[in-house]
Amino acid sequence: MLKIKNIETAYGNLKVLRRISMHVDPGEIVTIIGANGAGKTTLLHTICGLLKPRAGEMVLQGNDLCRLSPEKIVKLGCSLVPEGRQVFATMNVRENLILGAYVRYKKDKKKALAELDKIFALFPVLKERENQLAGTLSGGEQQMLAMGRSLMAKPALIMMDEPSTGLAPLIVKNIFEIIVKLKESGNTVLLVEQNAKAALAIADRGYVLETGKIIVQGPAEDLLANNDVQRAYLGREAV
Amino acid sequence: MTDKSTYWEQEKECMAREDLEQLQLERLQSTLFRVATHVPFYRKKFKEMNIDPDGFTSLNDVSKLPFTSKDDLRNNYPYGLFAVPLREVVRVHSSSGTTGQATVVGYTKNDIKNWSNLSARVLTAAGVDQDDVVQISFGYGLFTGGFGLHYGAERVGASVIPISSGNTKRQLTIMQDFKTTALVCTPSYALLLADTMAEQGININALPLKYGLFGGEPWSEGMRKEIQEKLHIVATDNYGLSEIMGPGVAGECQECNGLHINEDHFLAEVIDPETLEPVAPGETGELVITTLTKEAFPVIRYRTRDLTRLMPEPCPCGRTFQRMHRVFGRTDDMLIIKGVNVFPSQIEEVLFDIEGTEPHYQIIVEREGRLDKTTVMVEVMESIFFDQMKKQRQLIDQIKKRLATELGISVDVKLVEEKSLERFEGKAKRVIDKRSL
Repeated sequence: MLKIKNIETAYGNLKVLRRISMHVDPGEIVTIIGANGAGKTTLLHTICGLLKPRAGEMVLQGNDLCRLSPEKIVKLGCSLVPEGRQVFATMNVRENLILGAYVRYKKDKKKALAELDKIFALFPVLKERENQLAGTLSGGEQQMLAMGRSLMAKPALIMMDEPSTGLAPLIVKNIFEIIVKLKESGNTVLLVEQNAKAALAIADRGYVLETGKIIVQGPAEDLLANNDVQRAYLGREAV
Repeated sequence: MTDKSTYWEQEKECMAREDLEQLQLERLQSTLFRVATHVPFYRKKFKEMNIDPDGFTSLNDVSKLPFTSKDDLRNNYPYGLFAVPLREVVRVHSSSGTTGQATVVGYTKNDIKNWSNLSARVLTAAGVDQDDVVQISFGYGLFTGGFGLHYGAERVGASVIPISSGNTKRQLTIMQDFKTTALVCTPSYALLLADTMAEQGININALPLKYGLFGGEPWSEGMRKEIQEKLHIVATDNYGLSEIMGPGVAGECQECNGLHINEDHFLAEVIDPETLEPVAPGETGELVITTLTKEAFPVIRYRTRDLTRLMPEPCPCGRTFQRMHRVFGRTDDMLIIKGVNVFPSQIEEVLFDIEGTEPHYQIIVEREGRLDKTTVMVEVMESIFFDQMKKQRQLIDQIKKRLATELGISVDVKLVEEKSLERFEGKAKRVIDKRSL
């Protein structure tokens, strides 16, 4: 689905990503874990076109992403659930969701609207709040709205940036269950998380990012058992 | 044939080349990062050769990396090349040989898991499944042969008989009583078992034996044919070496035409042992392996000293992993006697240590029946021949004993008069290998 080879991204002179290679296969949950400032968000922003890489290759289902604008990349089926939700606070839930289908709304309004029902089935609470302003929702509800909004684009690849940030543990559990549900219904998810333990628990594979480099990668269960990962990201000192 | 799954991990074993190369690149990059960070030997080597481990952007770049040799392993004896602290190592194996020649390898929990899994692939490709009863007649202990396939067979779900090597009579009793369906051993031992069966009048047709997985020493198509005919089994070749992991590096499928290398875990190259440059695709040379997933003991471009060639053409079995031809031989003077690795230099060292012997010797390896027989001819000082027989016998016993401790196998020793062995100009021909495979 997504193949990345030797990507380098920089802000001015500051190289943030150094030679990142990774891939996501269809139907997988792949997680990228790492500490603050490791480059996780930069990587997602590079994939979805908000930042342009200095070097390397990115291919999504056969399409070269390096030169495409973010809009084109969304149209190709790559959709981002941004960190901190970024819902449109002054619009209601329904409007927020419909905006998510922006890229296909004009062409096929009916189908786009039919998608709404699926979203409401997945997130019943959004149905209850359909006409409520997004800014009045709780953090967890906003996260669900942000996920629902990105699903409206019917993406081939859903990228989530720190969906657990600022949420109560119970809500985080709920959000992660929904991510698993998304996978079960055939979606492909690239999940960026600081909460390494929770992310690895649901992921198929993981990459550990440290100062812009992938230092370890492999099946999620192997990473959970890897002592380097345990020490650095799971807060457990090996005995 | 019954309806059984042909693959252990189809999504891996049959993955598209393009996906495989992506995976190999990702794994090579993180392996390089790890060895540069955790293994002083590689950090130093990279620095000396001015290699930036971060600068690797293509699998072709692997040819710029330094080689690792058996000597490097010896020089870092015992734990110098480990990439994790010992407390993360759950298993240690050592290659055959004692002082001076031994090398040590380690495994983390994940390494053992991967090893079992890769052996399971080899066993599955050879025909073994959960209904099989697998008799493992490889030596257990420090040698990796027994354990590697043992765990793989358990992973497959087969019933495992860890009988280990030796005691042919008991092997046959167990084979009959326990209804063994798959035999794991060296090819020469398989032939010995077959001959012993014939001697004892055991009716091979009454045995449920179906598969044989053979490795640990070079063999030939002729031997395969003989084994298949005598034991009425499908005989497959498998390849591994303890420095890389043990068995599970590569194994034959039912096509019996080359061994599929588990390329998602090992990057294989073939080089010219003289120029050290890669050979043209499909040409014969020395196999060089880089591990891609090993945690405790990653090695970069390990020179296996085994001669083979890669067979990139697709295999009818559907596996996309490249095959390697059965090993043709060695690029060094190592002998494999009864599955044990023996270097003539080890024998030489022992002889040097023993008073009364001259530094002239010859090693003769023959196959007597099915078993390897080794005779060391050694020149002794004239004074010994003047003396009585008793002294000669004492000397022979002493040499035999020392060699047995040093090599781990028993050899015959013959004393000859001074200057009776052929002298060579230049490189001496110390070894006469009369075995025909």
